[in-house]
Amino acid sequence: MNLHMASQINSFLAALVLLTAFGMLVQKRIYGLIHLFAWQGFFLSLNTAVVGFVANKHHLYISSVLTLSLKVVVLPYILHVLINRLRIRKEVETVVNIPMTMMIGIALVIFSYHLTAPIRELSTLITRSTLAVALATVMLGLLMMITRRHAVTQIIGFLALENGLFFAATSATYGMPLVVELGVALDVLIAAFIFGIFFFHIHTTFDSLDVEQMAKLKESD
Amino acid sequence: MNVYPFISEILQIAIVLGIAPAFIGWVRMLKCWSQGRTSAGLLQPYRDISKLFAKDVVLAENASWIFRFTPYLVFGTTVLAGGIIPMLSIDLPLSATADVIVLVALFAIARFFTALAGMDIGTAFGGMGSSREMTIASLAEPAMLMAIFTISLAARSTSLSQIVQVIYSGQSVLRPSLAFAFLAFVLISLAETGRIPVDNPATHLELTMIHEAMILEYSGRHLALIEWAGMMKLFLFMSLGAVLFFPWGIDATGSAVGVVLAFVFLLLKLAVSGVILVLIETGLAKMRLFRLTEFLGSAFLMATLGMLAYYILD
Amino acid sequence: MTSSMMLLILLGMPLCSAVVLAFVGDRKFAPEINILGSAATFAAGLGLALEVYMQGPMLAGGKFFFVDAFNVYLSVLTAFVSMTTAIFSRRYMRREREHGRVGHVGMRFYHAMFQLFIFAMLLCLLTNNVGVLWIAMELATLSTVLLVSLYRTPTAIEAAWKYFILCGVGIAQALFGTVLLYFAAEKVRGEGGEALLWTNLSRVSGSLEPTVLSLAFVFLMVGYGTKVGLVPLHNWLPDAHSEGPTPISAVLSGLLLNIALYALVRCKVLVDGSTRTHHAGYIMMGFGLLSIIVAAFSLLRQKDIKRMFSYSSIEHMGIATFAFGLGGPIATFGALLHMLVHSLAKSAIFFTVGHASQMHWSQDMSRIRGLFKGNPLVGWGLMFGVMAIVGMPPFGIFTSEFLILTATMKDAPYLTPFLLLGLGVAFAALFRKVQPMVAGDVPSYQKPMKVAHLPVLLHLILVLMLGLYMPDFLNVWFHTAVELLK
Repeated sequence: MNLHMASQINSFLAALVLLTAFGMLVQKRIYGLIHLFAWQGFFLSLNTAVVGFVANKHHLYISSVLTLSLKVVVLPYILHVLINRLRIRKEVETVVNIPMTMMIGIALVIFSYHLTAPIRELSTLITRSTLAVALATVMLGLLMMITRRHAVTQIIGFLALENGLFFAATSATYGMPLVVELGVALDVLIAAFIFGIFFFHIHTTFDSLDVEQMAKLKESD
Repeated sequence: MNVYPFISEILQIAIVLGIAPAFIGWVRMLKCWSQGRTSAGLLQPYRDISKLFAKDVVLAENASWIFRFTPYLVFGTTVLAGGIIPMLSIDLPLSATADVIVLVALFAIARFFTALAGMDIGTAFGGMGSSREMTIASLAEPAMLMAIFTISLAARSTSLSQIVQVIYSGQSVLRPSLAFAFLAFVLISLAETGRIPVDNPATHLELTMIHEAMILEYSGRHLALIEWAGMMKLFLFMSLGAVLFFPWGIDATGSAVGVVLAFVFLLLKLAVSGVILVLIETGLAKMRLFRLTEFLGSAFLMATLGMLAYYILD
Repeated sequence: MTSSMMLLILLGMPLCSAVVLAFVGDRKFAPEINILGSAATFAAGLGLALEVYMQGPMLAGGKFFFVDAFNVYLSVLTAFVSMTTAIFSRRYMRREREHGRVGHVGMRFYHAMFQLFIFAMLLCLLTNNVGVLWIAMELATLSTVLLVSLYRTPTAIEAAWKYFILCGVGIAQALFGTVLLYFAAEKVRGEGGEALLWTNLSRVSGSLEPTVLSLAFVFLMVGYGTKVGLVPLHNWLPDAHSEGPTPISAVLSGLLLNIALYALVRCKVLVDGSTRTHHAGYIMMGFGLLSIIVAAFSLLRQKDIKRMFSYSSIEHMGIATFAFGLGGPIATFGALLHMLVHSLAKSAIFFTVGHASQMHWSQDMSRIRGLFKGNPLVGWGLMFGVMAIVGMPPFGIFTSEFLILTATMKDAPYLTPFLLLGLGVAFAALFRKVQPMVAGDVPSYQKPMKVAHLPVLLHLILVLMLGLYMPDFLNVWFHTAVELLK
């Protein structure tokens, strides 16, 4: 595989990751969201493997397999089970309307592009251009968490943000050292169990997973 | 002087005029098959058109010149658009006179006059159709231009011949910007040519029709011209998509063999795109009108992402 | 015993205790095991401190761990406060258990997670790897999230959810900053885990790319700043610190905020070394000053006692952040001391507040009355704690705030009025709120109870002592740390 081809595949997968990030931003159905999230993880893991192959970094294969198992299999499975258990079938509401959200999303992509410009110039890696996409994925995950009012959606936004961070590590530096990658994956896994428990708590206490109801703790005057 | 370009130009216009009804026939046939009905055959659109040409024109009493003039204008601009898009050969004389922005403008003129004609008679349906059509247009055209700008950026030119040349010769198979632009283009094409899920070309149900509502008052040769232009528009969008994003097989040398080969390839690509179109149409339900903003909004998003991807990733 | 052994015990003890306590569950002797584990951790911490005092900074575990003057005192502090908190929580949690606010599962969970939290904080302090620092910080958040929602009331769940989401998002920014740091380090140090070791980074910080590091610092500031609870990233803090069980509030306010600030300061040293400007310091000063003022004015309108002291924590973290941002030997010395004394004073306050609210079964300040007469230790403990926290002499916080003020007047005199305004408002607000609670007659609904004397007394005596006399070893460490952070 020559370098040109590799960087093209890398960019293309980055584009797909960005596309899924936007898809999640506008997707209304929870199942659709989970599928998109799984796809994003899949593209990410594929990209990591490709980068690992091109750069001849074998620890990236481990990261890739880790992403594949965690983000594509385990987390979507946990979310599926939770949603079935809690019988969530409702469409997800958005706070800001969708075209507006998209516009903000586009602005965030441009912002990320400018923010990462100095790094792009300094880097010599073939993946340097995808760092902007990675930061954009982080920002879009953040945007999703802000605009959505459902606990499950917020969590998916959080996990998408985590995807973006992983992607950033791959594109800026060909991945963090293995011990860090493993630790981060462990943290994500623990977080998954915690939000699983949380969903049950919120559900039994508030009778729904709409976080809008959780607004008691405010500054009293 | 090389005569081949001129021959291929004439040939191409003839193809647009001649094959567009057959393409519609092909789409309808596929649709019939997919729904388990007996189809009317590939040639039915020709029979429809010739039947309409033979009939008398019935004009409303208060129809102005706009109403009478519109069918010819729509037909004319569509044929002209057919002359611009390099389908068979890259070296196309007319293509040099007009670039891709003009192409969008040509379609816009046709749409503008159709909408005017829809309102001209003063019936309720005409006005409703025009209003809906312009709503869609106001959303689809920015997206269309955005998609086109993305491609132009990638090719560094707005001339269609130039764009096709660059994309044809480049080794760039997996350019993210083009992929995004292509997705946007597919969505816009569905809206522009009035297919499901935006509009249903086969319905005359008053609540849902858009394009059909505007031309409800037309009859005879006027209707024939408009229908024919509509067929050509679909044909043109399909071949534009084929030629911009999958330009394989197009004649770059200007030889007779090349043109013939390009013709075969074009037919093949159109056949495939017909299948894809039918798959989309049978797979999706028609959208409610107010959801169109989201649909075309995502087209705009794709096109914008394509442009960003050009800067970020290419 | 070698120092790496000591380190191993220091880190391993809480982890083992967590596992043991997870199995012991809600048995009668679980609190005692908790205390024992924490005491052993503290002993190991003291041992390590002695080792460092005698032999200076050291690396251990294949450069994976690193102890210097800056983190050794924080480690001992962490171990100490967690031990006293464990003592306090024995009485406190038993009463909560009797009243049915926590069940079997809750108690098992509480003890195990408490120890895991201590482990995460110690790992944060002792690791040499900037990436692992992040992981441990996230682990510290995750281990406390479910403790905040332990009571399962709607408000507790809301607070925990806010804590989980906001801190998760915040700390994610810090990971991005860490990635950027690694990117810059890789250019100089080459690839591999070595490039993220703080000792290596600080050695080559001069040759790290300044533009990348400034960008990284913005992300690190937002990320770790969220955990420090700096305004405007503080939204989660008053909720999380007030809705959980009081022992958890004490360690969250007293320890976790320190740890986050520690991480931030470590990163600042690298950034300063690279950019050779004072930009990072200015950013920290801005955040710090804003936190002081906003938190001080928020103190005025609080009704919930734990919430009020959470705001006071924001204020004090603001002071320390401001002082670190200001730089210079006096301010840094003041900030280091401030972290220490605030931690001791604030956890003492939370101990008394916990008992006071248990006596009245309310955290509402208008219901808490007559503490002097009802329970002198709680009443006077709260009074002295508040006197210490507002910076009255002769308590240690007076010393640290005085140092910081002096440095401000010298280096940034135009900011002194703002600092004084914040301190003054906080002083007035806290006194106004606390005075009616401690004085007056005992209300009819107040129930007498057994309280844990030792933690409160120990903390207050230490704070007082640090105000009057600075032990030699602490002096040496602070001076070394000041050199280190210059």
